[in-house]
Amino acid sequence: MSVKEEKQSQPQTGAEEPEGNSPGLIPVYVMGKRYEVPEGLTIMKAMEYAGYRFIRGCGCRGGTCGACGTVYRKPGDYKIQVALACQKTVEPDMYIAQMPFFPVNRAAYEFNELTSAPEDVFKLYPELFRCVACNACSKACPQGVEVMDAIAALKRGDISEAARLSFECIQCGLCTSRCFGELAQYHMFQLARRMYGARIVPRAEHLTDMVKVVNEGKYEDILEQLKGMKEEKLKKLYQEREAEPVSAGEDWTPKDKTYL
Amino acid sequence: MSLAYYPGCTLKTKARNLEEPAVASLQALGLELEEMSRWNCCGAAYSLADDDLIHQVAPVRNLVRVQELGKNRLVTLCAVCLNTLKRANLVMRDDGEKRNAVNSFMNEEPDYGGEVEVVHLLEVLRDDIGWQTLAERIKRPLRDMRLAPYYGCTLLRPRDVAIDSEQSPTILRKFIEALGAIPVDFPEFARCCGSYQVMSDPDGISEYARVILSSASSHGAEALVLTCPLCDYDLGRGQSELLKSDKDFRSMPLFYFTQLMALALGLGPEICHFELNHGDPESLLREKKLLS
Repeated sequence: MSVKEEKQSQPQTGAEEPEGNSPGLIPVYVMGKRYEVPEGLTIMKAMEYAGYRFIRGCGCRGGTCGACGTVYRKPGDYKIQVALACQKTVEPDMYIAQMPFFPVNRAAYEFNELTSAPEDVFKLYPELFRCVACNACSKACPQGVEVMDAIAALKRGDISEAARLSFECIQCGLCTSRCFGELAQYHMFQLARRMYGARIVPRAEHLTDMVKVVNEGKYEDILEQLKGMKEEKLKKLYQEREAEPVSAGEDWTPKDKTYL
Repeated sequence: MSLAYYPGCTLKTKARNLEEPAVASLQALGLELEEMSRWNCCGAAYSLADDDLIHQVAPVRNLVRVQELGKNRLVTLCAVCLNTLKRANLVMRDDGEKRNAVNSFMNEEPDYGGEVEVVHLLEVLRDDIGWQTLAERIKRPLRDMRLAPYYGCTLLRPRDVAIDSEQSPTILRKFIEALGAIPVDFPEFARCCGSYQVMSDPDGISEYARVILSSASSHGAEALVLTCPLCDYDLGRGQSELLKSDKDFRSMPLFYFTQLMALALGLGPEICHFELNHGDPESLLREKKLLS
């Protein structure tokens, strides 16, 4: 564990604190030790309040990087719950442990040597077939990904479906920590999404065409004109432009099609 | 009418030549095989250990999904999936203690008590459509084709999940007759193909193929009719090994029953994916004027 407990900065217990406008303090247990922290804080802020300093297990603080996977349990419930520490607010008597990293197998591959056939996934991750559909992975996903269904899709070679189902995966690794088949679900999904993006999803041909048009200089003259324009004239031009009506349908086009 | 349909993983990769002609044929016969919207691997083999309940979770979860679709009958096409799903279903129906253990483990799903009926596509053809109707719908009868029905293990064993008589099944014989071909009975109709032993003894598998295929051949069959991707793999692999090592060995085409049905119903040969078959299945079909 790479968080550091700084004993000297531990807060006092909140029992004698003046009420005032400050929020009440609630007890939480971090790795088994009791702390009193202000309610309304996220798990991450609460741990910092309690004196922990994150040098790992903390990233974007915005719920998208997957660095602060956390497991917790509440009194009277045997179920293990999961959350991102930067998103979930503390609840009284929560038992909290962070899972910033979980050591799993990540296969090495040269992407350009893969064909994106299902067999590529099977060869790189043969442990895929150890899945018994226990569903512990899906229950452990703080993003609500149907992890087991995505693994089922990979087993039947449906890379597109695995990519689609795992789209919200932020690779926190909590699924992996709960898997008794020792699958590295999130690495398999990343491979599936790479294959999907590079080889399966249809190429946007019109984009290639448009880039060609741009490169051939269709917009050079007008851009130069705009760059040289006086501010007043530019404003006027903007205000008088033909705007797309709010109720325009998909096939709406402006009258002046010079730059389409 | 639409039937809840469980394909199984192999039918989506190596055995598309089993699945695609089946779906197309049933459509031609006015029945829709509606693939389940959510399904997982059936477990790939029924676990015989008495206390190995975790391996019943995968098949049971699929049966729960059938109920979620509001259906109470599930059509399978792969013989191994049929066996695995149907046996797990019987555990849930008949063994209260195991049912409780599995249900309490899977407490994110509704409780399940073996209510779904698991059937094989051959049973749909026999019971829902009927051999007479199938025969009437045939546009391109497989005239003069001498076909040996090969059941393998999992359609007929154990008895409580068998789709037909264990000792003297007729379901494939009647199917072959309905297609206008000549069924050729042979004694090895249910002899094991070697099953998953191919994993530990890839060379030994050829001997299973030799016994089964030479028996069919000596009884006058021109091709074998299969229902199972594992049989296809073992017999196909064994046959190609035998061709290399034994000059006297005569190979024969291996067809999935669904490929022959699609062909006989007059569907395009491309739906049959003969390119995925072992060896050369098309020469015989050309010889019989079933392919141009």
